[in-house]
Amino acid sequence: MADTADLSKGLPTNPEKATLEGKNKFLGMFVFLAGEVTMFATFFGTYLGLRDGTAGGPEPADLFQLPLVFIMTMILLTSSLTSVLAVYAMKKNQFQKLKLWMWVTFLLGVSFLSLEIYEFVEYYEHGLGYTSSAFASSFYTLVGLHGAHVLFGLGWILLLLLRYRGTGVTLSNAPKFYAFSLYWHFIDVVWVFIFTVVYLMGIGA
Amino acid sequence: MDPAWDEFIITGEPFILAGQIAILVTTIGIIFILTYFKKWKWLWNEWITTPDHRKIGIMYIIASLLMMIRAGVDAMMMRTQLAAPNMPFLGEAQHYNEIFTTHGTIMIIFVATPFLIGLMNVAVPLQIGARDVAFPFVNNLSFWTFFWGAMLFNISFVIGGAPDAGWSAYMPLASNDLSMGPGQNFYLLGLQISGIGTLATGINLVTTIIKMRAKGMTLMRMPMFTWTTLITSLIIIGSFPILTVALAMQTFDRLWDAAFFTLQDGGMPMMWVNLFWLWGHPEVYIVILPAFGIFSEIITTFARKRLFGYTSMVFAIAAISGLSFLVWVHHFFTMGAGPMVNSFFSISTMAIAVPTGVKIFNWLATLHRGRIRFNVPMVWALGFIPNFTIGGVTGVMLAMAAADYQYHNTYFLVSHFHYVLIAGTIFGCFAGTIYWWPKMFGVKLNERLGHWVFWLFMIGFNVTFFPQYFLGLDGMPRRIYTYFPEDGWFSLNFLSTVGAYMMGFAFVLLVYNMYYSYRYEKRETSGDAWGGRTLEWATSSAIPPHYNFAQIPEVKDQDAFWQMKQEGVDPNGVEEYQDVHMPNHSGNPFVMCVFMFIGGFGLVFHWWTIGIIGALGIFACMIQRSFSRDDGHIVSAEEVRKEEAEIREGQANENG
Ligand code: HEM
Ligand SMILES: [Cu+2]
Repeated sequence: MADTADLSKGLPTNPEKATLEGKNKFLGMFVFLAGEVTMFATFFGTYLGLRDGTAGGPEPADLFQLPLVFIMTMILLTSSLTSVLAVYAMKKNQFQKLKLWMWVTFLLGVSFLSLEIYEFVEYYEHGLGYTSSAFASSFYTLVGLHGAHVLFGLGWILLLLLRYRGTGVTLSNAPKFYAFSLYWHFIDVVWVFIFTVVYLMGIGA
Repeated sequence: MDPAWDEFIITGEPFILAGQIAILVTTIGIIFILTYFKKWKWLWNEWITTPDHRKIGIMYIIASLLMMIRAGVDAMMMRTQLAAPNMPFLGEAQHYNEIFTTHGTIMIIFVATPFLIGLMNVAVPLQIGARDVAFPFVNNLSFWTFFWGAMLFNISFVIGGAPDAGWSAYMPLASNDLSMGPGQNFYLLGLQISGIGTLATGINLVTTIIKMRAKGMTLMRMPMFTWTTLITSLIIIGSFPILTVALAMQTFDRLWDAAFFTLQDGGMPMMWVNLFWLWGHPEVYIVILPAFGIFSEIITTFARKRLFGYTSMVFAIAAISGLSFLVWVHHFFTMGAGPMVNSFFSISTMAIAVPTGVKIFNWLATLHRGRIRFNVPMVWALGFIPNFTIGGVTGVMLAMAAADYQYHNTYFLVSHFHYVLIAGTIFGCFAGTIYWWPKMFGVKLNERLGHWVFWLFMIGFNVTFFPQYFLGLDGMPRRIYTYFPEDGWFSLNFLSTVGAYMMGFAFVLLVYNMYYSYRYEKRETSGDAWGGRTLEWATSSAIPPHYNFAQIPEVKDQDAFWQMKQEGVDPNGVEEYQDVHMPNHSGNPFVMCVFMFIGGFGLVFHWWTIGIIGALGIFACMIQRSFSRDDGHIVSAEEVRKEEAEIREGQANENG
């Protein structure tokens, strides 16, 4: 099997899947995300089960502010788009563009995370501590786990950008950027579910 | 929590003192031997940092055997305590509680699961004609998470106190209020750390099997063990994250006063029970399906016949894996879910018996008119069929919700799951180990001793557990530490204890056989120790060269190697050697997992600084990994040619 690809005619059109390693990473990433789906699904289930267990403390409808969450959603969706643009540039072997769009993705991710921290502080000041009620614990854990994923993704892309700042697109870094973008889309999709299940349903109920 | 120093190390208990001394002596002994024979470097270079699937598999198997000794001693202590009414052996209930908790947890998480993963590591890449798994670095990492997770769990009985809420750790029993002290924290963090590795293994094996099969090996030509490995890995991916979440929530409840399971704060204790069994039931299939695969390999090899009903076998495994997610409520029929829910889960549970039955009949049909050789692996496989069936049949009895009100939490249940777990999983582990032993170490295990082990173990097993069905019907509850003469349970319990000692003796004999055979048995000269049918037997030498195959064989049949032998094709008759790409060694996973252990240990005792040090260490390792350049290395065609020539020369000398 092809461990190395023929580079005489330049980079292949799908540099991320040109080597066996790249193919493995690609599938491995999908399988890993399947495991993540199970994990988030379990947390969603728990949250739905415990949402009403407010123990006399603040309830979802008392706390959630749609405008803020809407802005956060938009920011994260945009960052998904910019990561697509980055991968698109990668396939065309435009390394500067790849870097540029990845940096934009990074900055959007940072602003999302800052808003999330701001949001949590707000709730805390409204009396929703982590240990206040089962609703509080499950809310902070679900949304916080997503936040932790964002943080991890930010660290990941930062490392990639630093490490490969001057190398150009190569067969060994293309799968890595690509795997990151898959991960980032996944986080985005999870957020859409959080937006619906936690916030919209929380305010609606 | 800040325990005082004199509470930190458990003192004043004779058995635990013996354990402490044993640990101390063994540790000093190991350090001394390694230093004396100057083996530290060898250990680090050849084993600890290895990306080689076969070596990782061997490490898994050795570690699982050690864990089996630990949990086996627990079992002996429990059986001794229960041998007669009012036994003073273990003193008090607390001890007994700790011992059955660690016994069950270790046997499931640190014996059955890793043992099978070890066998998968040894056999699957060879069976599909691959040079290694898809992610060798991750594979090494998986092993060390398992190892250090197990260590964290195991030190609990000498430092801080063992968990005592059962392997199922129901809330609120396992909460701070009812399980004081750090014991339960050891359970939570030890399982969490090793669970990461199990999930990673699942991902790794799915990718390996889907992407790295030899040319011509379509899915429906894969050996049955590879099939069961694939499906098992999928179950792992669908179920282990549930355990991760459940453990995390209980950890948060215990360490940071979260309210997931506390009733007065709006939490739901039943949530734990549901999540635990949503993982727990698939887990029992994680440990039985690979055993099914092993038996399929062994039965075809030693009956010298093609597997009967290959396609139906594949569908049966797939059906079992799907159903395994739909039956979890059968573990708590008695907790008041209502007749509709109970009926649904009753029926779905019974439905699992159908594909399982299909498999049993397929094995029988494979045996029918086979030219059977009664080598030791085959004897285990033949013993498996009737014994496992007893476990399956009693499972169906338990599945009847109404009747389960009678059986639940009695020795009837205990006997059921030991019949499936021992006669299924453990027989499978032993059979697989003996079958692939020549692949791992280049010799067979002595057959005479092997037959003795089988008969002693199999009879001992039945003497231990068959009486327990009747004890259960007679009303003896599980998890009690003693009983009264008036209960009338003495004679059956005594019998059961006698059987347990037989099994213990058989196990010791098995381990002795490993040593004995390594010293005295004749070395294998070819790669085909048993007249095998699948590719793992097609390697040029008994222990495969580190690149497995000089040239990846081309597969034309479901019994790929058998078909080559029929047609006189030599899979090692390579005309032109080619460069081989192999992964590099790395010490990073080992160090990373040591940090997991340190961090976990800190959390157990609420020592946040140590917890943070552990976390920082883990991140440092990840960053190191991400900045290191690791594209593997090339073994040149010339080197491969030389090595193959040497192997052939060695074989010619042996035969000549
Ligand atoms: C025909 C297949 C099977 C059926 C119908 C079945 C049914 C059941 C039922 C209904 C229970 C719960 C009984 C109670 O708590 O009152 C149970 C418990 C259990 N089964 Fe099975 N089972 C089957 C196969 C297996 C297999 C293959 C394994 C593992 C290799 C297994 C391992 C267990 C364990 C470990 C428990 C008890 C766990 C505990 O409470 O600690 N079973 N089974
Ligand atoms: Cu079950």
